[in-house]
Amino acid sequence: MTGTSAETGAARAPHRSLPGRSRGRFADPLFKAAVTTSGVFVLALLAFMIIRTTADAWPIFAKEGLGFFTGTEWTAGQTRDLPNIHGTYGALPFMYGTLVTSAIALVIALPVSIAVALYITQLAPRRLRNPLSYGVETLAAVPSIVYGLWGLLFFLPVVLRPVMDWLHRWFGGVFLFEGPVFGLSYFSAGVVLALMVLPIMTAIIREVFAAAPTAELQAAYGLGATEWEVIRRVLVPRSMSGIVGGAMLGLGRAVGETVAVAMLVGGSQAMGYSLFFAGDTMAAHIFNTFQDALPETVLGLMAIGVALFVFTFLINVLARVLVWRASRFGGDAAV
Amino acid sequence: MTTTLTPPRAAQRRSLRQVDRRTRWRKLTSLVMRMVLTVTMALACLPLVLILYVVAERGWSVVDLHFFTQDTLPFRLEGGGFRQGFVGSFLIMALAIPMAVVPGIATAVYLVEYGRGRKLAALVRFVTDVMTGVPSIFVGLFVYAVLVIGTVKLGFGTLAAAVAIAIVMLPIVVRSSEEMLKLVPDSLRSASLGMGARRWQTTTKVVLPAAAPGLATGAMLAIARGAGETAPLILTGLGSFTMTLYLVGERQASLPQLIHQNAVQPFEPGIARAWGGALCLVAITVLFTIVARVIAARFARTREGM
Repeated sequence: MTGTSAETGAARAPHRSLPGRSRGRFADPLFKAAVTTSGVFVLALLAFMIIRTTADAWPIFAKEGLGFFTGTEWTAGQTRDLPNIHGTYGALPFMYGTLVTSAIALVIALPVSIAVALYITQLAPRRLRNPLSYGVETLAAVPSIVYGLWGLLFFLPVVLRPVMDWLHRWFGGVFLFEGPVFGLSYFSAGVVLALMVLPIMTAIIREVFAAAPTAELQAAYGLGATEWEVIRRVLVPRSMSGIVGGAMLGLGRAVGETVAVAMLVGGSQAMGYSLFFAGDTMAAHIFNTFQDALPETVLGLMAIGVALFVFTFLINVLARVLVWRASRFGGDAAV
Repeated sequence: MTTTLTPPRAAQRRSLRQVDRRTRWRKLTSLVMRMVLTVTMALACLPLVLILYVVAERGWSVVDLHFFTQDTLPFRLEGGGFRQGFVGSFLIMALAIPMAVVPGIATAVYLVEYGRGRKLAALVRFVTDVMTGVPSIFVGLFVYAVLVIGTVKLGFGTLAAAVAIAIVMLPIVVRSSEEMLKLVPDSLRSASLGMGARRWQTTTKVVLPAAAPGLATGAMLAIARGAGETAPLILTGLGSFTMTLYLVGERQASLPQLIHQNAVQPFEPGIARAWGGALCLVAITVLFTIVARVIAARFARTREGM
């Protein structure tokens, strides 16, 4: 449509056709401004999120100071005169719970995801590679709430409980596996978390392995190395920073994971040393207390949220830097 | 120099067929590790099978027509459905998808078409990467602080929930759209510019249509992720026992929120409904993910051929 009018205009008066396109001349900078604005909007959004929540939670930080990070007592205030803070807010039990559950998840998921990535990229028959990686990554599509439901009503009673009883019977002397075994615990939340971060870590580590130059591997094979020697001596060492980055991204996800952990961790602020004791994590505590929180409690939760954000932010920044340096890959970066 | 090559004595030379003990050991290690990796792979697939099987088995008997056309009954009573959850999730997603996809694709266009080599673009890319890792519960807290009680005072409801879900989806859309726009070959852009098209015309009429299947993939992955989010919905929609079509001012239920509510109470009929809801949710999200990945794989193949 515009094409024909421009053509006829050009045919009639060649020199006057240029002013006739002024709409197009302004459209270009306008379009550029529009898309640049939306890019800047993303930046502004993140900045606004941080500033707003920190400002809201400030009274809590101001009252507790460093005690917010070291205090073990969390008693939310029960009054409504908001500028004044009455409760005691020591978030250490939640941070400890987040640390313990994520550590369990990482200890289980890291070796498994390295093994799966190795199998998919090095050992699997070519025809199986794509279906296998799809299969593992479909796990990432299962929503958190379904993991929670499945973990609480099937995995915990049917699979985990016997494992926990067995561990307790044989290794009960070690403080980590001390009883009594109730079910809802750091351990059960951590294991389900491991299943949840496994696909993310696998996807990234797989990309890192796939980015390794084939020539290096072929050279090692040419020198007579066995499959395992190529993996152990060539592939894994050169992919190390990518593996660490993938692990950190998984850790970031584990730290922020909410619903499944809230359903499985048990909700206790005792900071028990055994993995079989109930505990609470930062995200889970926000989730579980929010629905019947008083205004002052909400401020406390907001403060936990800010701390949680800072943790995941630091972990993610570190992870991204490591993964970027390890390999320049595309595609699954947004998983 | 009169050195002659003296052949080594036959007794010292071992047969080529004789395999060194160390070599045998190395090969054995390799074989064992191969088996270990294979078994680990099989074990890693097991949870997926278990989740899909258990959810399908326990949810199947609950999901019938009434499940979609009736509101929830009290937890103790049999029957009833998740109608308000389906309607709520649909409304929330219908609002959230344009809120996330439009700025998401616009940002990706900025990164690929205008931002190459710019510091600002690198910063935007880095921030979206970091945002994919922001806990969704934190997003929920933020929207609660700004839209529900704070500055705007919308109260709990569909709109606040949609904004929260859109913020969760946004970075996923940006990153995947960016990857897809990068796959569009520069020769297409050059051809269009050479024909006299302006940059915005090139972008909207050549690059975006060429990348359309890929952009759809990114949007679908983001939808799958957004539809399954629970934590921000509790903080912004709060939940409801009856169906509501209001976008503002009334608490809104959603599918994940109803599953959670029914899962953490003791009565059997409610738990059965939670499994039914989980089956529907898994079906939606897994279907979206698989279709998205299939489109993406096809798209990448045709692009590489160009």
